[in-house]
Amino acid sequence: MGRHVLLIEDEPNIIEAIRFILTRDGWQVDTLSDGAEAMATIRRTRPDVLILDVMLPGRSGYEILQDLRADPEYAQLPVLMLTARGQMRDREQAERYGASRFIAKPFANADIVAALRALVGS
Amino acid sequence: MARQSLTGTRIRERRVLTGMKQADLARAAGISASYLNLIEHNRRRVGSGLLQALAGVLGVSVEMLTEGAEAALLADLRAAAQANEAEQPEIDRVEEFAGRFPGWARATAAMQRRLSAMERTVETLSDRMTHDPFLSASLHEVLSAVTAVRSTAGILAETEDIEPEWRARFHANLRDDSERLAEGAEALVAWLDGSVPDESGIAAPQEEVEAWLAECGYHIEEAETEAFDGGAGLIDAAPELASTAAHKLATQYLAQYRRDAQAIPLAALRRAVSEHGADPARLATRFQTGLMPVFRRLATLPDSGFGLVCCDGSGTLTFRKPADGFALPRFGAACPLWPLYRALLQPTVPIRAVVEMAGRVPQRFLAFAYCQPSYPDGFGGVPVVEAAMLILPAPPEPETPAARVGTSCRICPRMDCSARREPSILSEGF
Repeated sequence: MGRHVLLIEDEPNIIEAIRFILTRDGWQVDTLSDGAEAMATIRRTRPDVLILDVMLPGRSGYEILQDLRADPEYAQLPVLMLTARGQMRDREQAERYGASRFIAKPFANADIVAALRALVGS
Repeated sequence: MARQSLTGTRIRERRVLTGMKQADLARAAGISASYLNLIEHNRRRVGSGLLQALAGVLGVSVEMLTEGAEAALLADLRAAAQANEAEQPEIDRVEEFAGRFPGWARATAAMQRRLSAMERTVETLSDRMTHDPFLSASLHEVLSAVTAVRSTAGILAETEDIEPEWRARFHANLRDDSERLAEGAEALVAWLDGSVPDESGIAAPQEEVEAWLAECGYHIEEAETEAFDGGAGLIDAAPELASTAAHKLATQYLAQYRRDAQAIPLAALRRAVSEHGADPARLATRFQTGLMPVFRRLATLPDSGFGLVCCDGSGTLTFRKPADGFALPRFGAACPLWPLYRALLQPTVPIRAVVEMAGRVPQRFLAFAYCQPSYPDGFGGVPVVEAAMLILPAPPEPETPAARVGTSCRICPRMDCSARREPSILSEGF
């Protein structure tokens, strides 16, 4: 599987940090801040894996995840969900909607890299 | 009934539990069956010698038969049993349990009391934390800043060959996020501490007004008289009314209070209620006024115990005066089954309903609800609706079927409710 990731997150400094880490690890990184444009961007950029924050403007991470899983073309797309630490409900909900993996905020950079690698089998 | 007079009942209960016939117990204790029958029905007092004999045959202490266990202890044990019905506790043997294992019984009762207190705390905190938009937004802000700081700091610490431009950029990000974090933490501490500064937006103005009214007992004596001057001094002197917005709301509230008091003077209202009861429609006819002023006046009657909730067309609660046992949500939406919302669907139709509030011990209330539309912009303008529900603590008709309601879904134990909009925290063991 390729190493093209779409990061959907609305905090500019988190985007910048993750983009830096992943680019150095050899990933092609696209980013998006508005949940409402998620599906259109996914269809256009066709990422191999998605990093999806829960709380987003426009459309929540859960809603985007539901849309993805309802679309046969993206039902299997690996999704790494960013949840709040200690929020078991967030995690349970993400699991129910079909998240492939979770990382709790605040996270260690190495965990993000390791999780993505595991998701694409590289 | 006095404790001593229940001794016969306890003897009977204990005998039945042990499966002994009346005649057998009587014979063993040296009395006739008919005399024991009179004792068991509390028609004869039992002397100490006979009591000792009966207790000996029944295998219990004399105290168990004379005093029973303490009423409060039994009540707590019954509450514990009701809260754990799935375990099928032998609720009919509660006195026996308390009598035979007094230490265990006290421990169980103490746990039950502690659990009840914790449940109340959890309900309050959960209601507050899950529905408080300020707290939710602040936590999100803090978490985002912490995440950015940790990730950025990690990059700076772990990347040896980082380019100078990137290093400078990440340093700037760190500074910005640290400032955000400090501001968010300060605001959270102020919220948790309760020392919310004026105009910070942390406490809603409506909350300030409600805190002030609760402090006044919802009754403003000054506004009952002709000499009332608008209440500016009252408002300025109220420590609860910190923000300008709360001052404005309180001023509006007092103006309305005064208008209501003029239309329905306190002494006349008291007389009317004692003569005709608290039916708002009858009172509105008597005072030639609308139902809403009557609702408000009844709710502010000193020591009436009546509750009142009002909402606007969106269903948002705009006024809350709780009645004992009828808890009102502090944040977020209330139970959709309240007659208040039925009234909202049927403007100008008066609704009278007996409701049963969910709880460990369900409590019944009589509710009057009404929705009043108004057209401040004229016929072509937007209709503005206000609904209100008056809550009377004791419905006069115990046999009337009651509509089952709760406070809000999040803290409601009724899992089978078809109007439920979100899971209850009570499903997770509370």
